[in-house]
Amino acid sequence: MSSVFGTIVARDLLLAARRRIDALLPIAFFVVAVSLFPLGVGPEPQMLRQMAAGVVWVCALLAAMLSLTAMYGADYADGSLEQMLLSGESGFSIASAKALAHWLITGVPLVVAAPLFGLLFDLSGPALLALTLSLLLGTPILSLLGGLGAALTLGLRSGGVLLILLILPLCIPALIFGTGAVSAVESGLSARAHYSLLGALLIASGLLVPWATAAALRIAVE
Amino acid sequence: MTTTNRLRFFTFAAPQRFYRLTGALVPWLWAVTALLTVAGLYVGFFVAPTDATQGDSYRIIFIHVPAAWMSMVLYLVMAFWAAIGWAFNARLAFMVARALAPTGAMFTFLALWTGAFWGKPTWGTWWVWDARLTSELILLFLYLGYIALVNAIDDQRRADLAGALLAVVGAVNVPIIYFSVKWWNTLHQGASISMTAAPTMASTMLTAMLLMTFAFWAYAFAVVFTRTRAIVLEREQHTEWVGSLAAAKR
Repeated sequence: MSSVFGTIVARDLLLAARRRIDALLPIAFFVVAVSLFPLGVGPEPQMLRQMAAGVVWVCALLAAMLSLTAMYGADYADGSLEQMLLSGESGFSIASAKALAHWLITGVPLVVAAPLFGLLFDLSGPALLALTLSLLLGTPILSLLGGLGAALTLGLRSGGVLLILLILPLCIPALIFGTGAVSAVESGLSARAHYSLLGALLIASGLLVPWATAAALRIAVE
Repeated sequence: MTTTNRLRFFTFAAPQRFYRLTGALVPWLWAVTALLTVAGLYVGFFVAPTDATQGDSYRIIFIHVPAAWMSMVLYLVMAFWAAIGWAFNARLAFMVARALAPTGAMFTFLALWTGAFWGKPTWGTWWVWDARLTSELILLFLYLGYIALVNAIDDQRRADLAGALLAVVGAVNVPIIYFSVKWWNTLHQGASISMTAAPTMASTMLTAMLLMTFAFWAYAFAVVFTRTRAIVLEREQHTEWVGSLAAAKR
């Protein structure tokens, strides 16, 4: 790991700590959005238990998308992104550091908050564990793919909505296997296959997506 | 110099030569499209026998299956030309990739639409959340995302490159569509045509389907060439040869 990697992660965490409310907004969105579902579909515990994993996962997905425009936006506007790319450091480590910082700021709180909402949806203990584990494996994928979308739509009009249109289809496999793990546990099966697939997705996107993100960043600042 | 007149690998990568070549080809492609469509529809609707279990409603597969094939193939072709454009910095490849997207999206929509029409009498429902249908829907989203991204970026070079990157990344999805039949085996019936086993359909049905597939290919070529020609004219409007073309029209 290069020192630039650590520096960028530390810098983004420091910036998030200085603007705490901004960093907490996606989590607030997640909390409010998840709470709306019981109000929309009714309070029957059986139905809530069945849809819990899907609701929590989809809301986590949308919450992760919300903060993506800020990922490179400010750096692009004040020119520091261009300086980073000119520094001679590989774009790969810049892009992966940015994705890691985004995950630490947005993904980790989602993983922590998810079991709480699983409880509100009356999930059993093993299912709660599966939900948390699947989010732990899945949210880094969302941050990585989201970084690619953010880099592609950098500085565009209506970039935020476009980003969501570009990235959500690519996130679908993570969603399928993440919720699949919880339903497998709910129906008494082993969720290991789902964890393996999620892990494989995470490794593949960890290796390939930062590379594509770096290319997209270079296209954007060219 | 004799080499200047020889046909080389990249001869038609020059927009001007491409424009002239496709100008000659497009009328023929339209004629082939019309002929094959008429022949395919005739064989499909009048010659092919009625299916034992599905009745006459199965006949929509003569549109549905070729459209679904085209939707996937065109995405791969689009990603291929995008990648070529990126690797060799070929202007024309980007233009072709851009011209392919609307046709691919149209075929994807057609496959979904005819699939719904086929599903209603056969399964009793317009839509099921089956793996193949879902991935076809995702493919439509990918096409729409590409079209939206390319149109949102004003700078032409950045639009080309960013679209190329997105197309290549999205191409990962196309194998998922194809293998989803093996992954999740739900309501959708398995593939009826395979390269290794004997086909399970009557040979006239296969003939009609192949005729329609070739008709769709010819249509795709004709439309994509026409659209590329328009893009070529738009992007090369400051060049001498486009100027002389316009002067000749006057």
